[in-house]
Amino acid sequence: MYSAVYNQEADNNMVDLRANYDVIVVGGGNAALCAAISAAEAGARTLILEGAPKAYRGGNSRHTRNFRCMHGEPMAVLTDSYSEQEYFEDLMKVTQGKTDENLAKLAIRSSEECYAWMVEHGVRFQPSLSGTLSLSRTNAFFMGGGKALVNAYYRTAQNLGVDVLYEAQVTHLEREGDRIVSIDVTYQGEQHRLSPRAVVVSSGGFQADVDWLADAWGPAAKNFLIRGTPYNRGVVLKDLIGQELESVGDPTQCHAVAIDGRAPKFDGGIVTRLDCVPFSVVVNKEGQRFYDEGEDVWPKRYAIWGRLVAAQPDQVGYVIIDSKSLELFMPSVFPPIKADTLEELAGKLDLPTVQLQETIDGFNQACTEGHFHPTELDGLATQGLTPPKSNWARPIDTPPYYGYTLRTGVTFTYLGLKVDESAQVQGRTGPIENLWAAGEIMAGSILGQGYLAGFGMTIGTVFGRIAGREAARYASN
Amino acid sequence: MQAIELVNVDAIGEARRQIEICNACRYCESYCAVFPAVHSKRAFSDGDIQQLSNLCHNCRGCYYACQYTAPHEFGLNLPKALAEVRQESWESHTQPGGIAKLFHRSGVSLSLFVVLAAALLVWLIQIAPKSSGEGFYSLMSHNAMVMLFAPAFILPILLILLSLRGYWRTIGGESIRWRHVAGAFGSIAKMKNLSGGHGDGCNFEAEDAFSNRRRLYHQATMYGFLLCFAATSVATLMHYGLDMQAPYGFFSLPKLFGISGGLLLSIGTLGLASLKLKADRGLADARVWGGEMAFVLLLFVVSTSGLALYFLRETSLLNELLALHLGAVLAFFLLMPFSKMVHGFFRLAALIRDEQCKA
Repeated sequence: MYSAVYNQEADNNMVDLRANYDVIVVGGGNAALCAAISAAEAGARTLILEGAPKAYRGGNSRHTRNFRCMHGEPMAVLTDSYSEQEYFEDLMKVTQGKTDENLAKLAIRSSEECYAWMVEHGVRFQPSLSGTLSLSRTNAFFMGGGKALVNAYYRTAQNLGVDVLYEAQVTHLEREGDRIVSIDVTYQGEQHRLSPRAVVVSSGGFQADVDWLADAWGPAAKNFLIRGTPYNRGVVLKDLIGQELESVGDPTQCHAVAIDGRAPKFDGGIVTRLDCVPFSVVVNKEGQRFYDEGEDVWPKRYAIWGRLVAAQPDQVGYVIIDSKSLELFMPSVFPPIKADTLEELAGKLDLPTVQLQETIDGFNQACTEGHFHPTELDGLATQGLTPPKSNWARPIDTPPYYGYTLRTGVTFTYLGLKVDESAQVQGRTGPIENLWAAGEIMAGSILGQGYLAGFGMTIGTVFGRIAGREAARYASN
Repeated sequence: MQAIELVNVDAIGEARRQIEICNACRYCESYCAVFPAVHSKRAFSDGDIQQLSNLCHNCRGCYYACQYTAPHEFGLNLPKALAEVRQESWESHTQPGGIAKLFHRSGVSLSLFVVLAAALLVWLIQIAPKSSGEGFYSLMSHNAMVMLFAPAFILPILLILLSLRGYWRTIGGESIRWRHVAGAFGSIAKMKNLSGGHGDGCNFEAEDAFSNRRRLYHQATMYGFLLCFAATSVATLMHYGLDMQAPYGFFSLPKLFGISGGLLLSIGTLGLASLKLKADRGLADARVWGGEMAFVLLLFVVSTSGLALYFLRETSLLNELLALHLGAVLAFFLLMPFSKMVHGFFRLAALIRDEQCKA
């Protein structure tokens, strides 16, 4: 059962699975890396078990681009200030109170010192990207995005002597009373049982397990696209919850947005977003409108459209715009379907021609005169139309016409492990003495519903650092 | 639902496909000049893609940061895609194109050309009437050298100017103002586009590890070359303007420029060649690896033989060293329009154009 394995991927390091590791970190994204680096800096002999191959290491952190950071005055790439109070209010707004105030405030307060820590450990920042100016005050953007951050952390970790195994799938953590006594891992087709002193689990949510999603959502979930890594299958999460550990977050819920229907099933990431809904008419496959496309600015509405599309037949929507609106939104990764007439567009999108024409005619007749302003709520609303379009309602009448398909894209799930302020995992009768959790696997404690851009990376960084430090301290005693 | 077309017909088409993905992502915005130029547009003409390709310095930061590289189905490899377009933009704008293609792509051909040039010099030195000049001018007179090298320098420069004119038209360049030129030279002086945007350098010789080695070696090569060029220019002025004949003493401008420049050029080119051996060939245009390597080594031979000529001038090797050095210089001049040397001219043009677009 025990063997030394030659690990080609980890820069030809010999990783000795018989070695007595102080800390084993399960997972290989931002939270896992922050934990491993912190544990190693505290003197612990540390091993990372990353389930993905090296090319796909980093979980959903690969696809991220910034973290949300409190600051009292302009700080490096961050403009102005962002107070603890305002940050917390923003969180309360999106979660509608579904948060653990102590943990949330701990994450928020710690975010400021994270910035310098990240730079010291190899992360580089850049000013807010073009097209994202609204985030320049609250969110610090990683230069090159999340994969560059992940690369920097792996280099830092390996320079600190952390061992890394890729394609190492943890299947089970053996619990005896209030302790984790061993970890089962499959590596290169062989089963290994490891017994570190302390364990940090940071292996993400379960959004890539479509069957699990279908249990919660019904068969419609089979048509969902998964925006991130295919490796977040929640194996460790399910294993631990099955062993009577405390969970938090709604097990049936996931964060879902509407994305380009042509996106790949997994890992489409940022580029598959479509920002054109506010300037469009959106119909279902029967050619009928189903919701107010102009209810609010897109950053505040794109999340609800994931659910709206999920509720339509075949879980698909169709965005129709005309040439007036083509350049009002960020370019799409795939070019739109283009046609000179609505009839031709209906044919290309496989929509019922007569119904689409009727819907657009009805919409156009309900449009009113007024001032159109693409970047603010302009009040240019339809009259006597159900459902209404409350802003940016301009007739679709200037060919060529353009169409996109919309599908539901799942970002992450909310179900997680309950932790305390030291990131220690809680059992029904108290903490598990040598188990900590960080990242998406425990984020449901703080982000019970909704989404706040860049907050997932903040939670991962803050609790990853705490978990690594605490696990190392435990291991040294 | 329409299938996504991922098959590409040519280098520009492939680069355009990738650039459009980049434009929907934008994570790499601060690495270099390429990305702000991409993000300012929504559609990309063939000329736009060629301009972007010449802005790219192949630092590879974007490749290692990219979440869409293979095995992802988007298969991004922007450094390679742009390198291939860049190469084709040089070859297609140079006349005669066939010669450009030959020397860009075949290191062997380039090396043979150098050997031929050296052999030619051996023969010329043999038949040249011995003059009363001092040092190596006793082997070949100053006038004979000028008769050989003036046209061998001026004609290739004219060819390069012609190709730049074609490039400028292709990318839609406008009339050039002083501030465009100043901006471009400012960028070149610091080799800003190899800094990674954060100053840590590029991802060239050790995967995603940042290092400034390539930037430093390139600076040594570029400034070394310019010092050598200055040495020759100053000497020409002294010869014709001030009637001061060579050879010059150690503490003269031609010698101080020439020796420091030669040392920098030798160190820089050797460094660049060693980094090139370590770098992943799959992130550049693999078709021209040999031609590029031969070109770097040719520069090394030019500078090192020049230094040897100075330090060993009193020895019996003078004759052979002179033939080697002059042969290498002659080959270098003649190959300027058809070798990696054109990258400097096209890059300058691209940076000037970029300044115009930013304005």
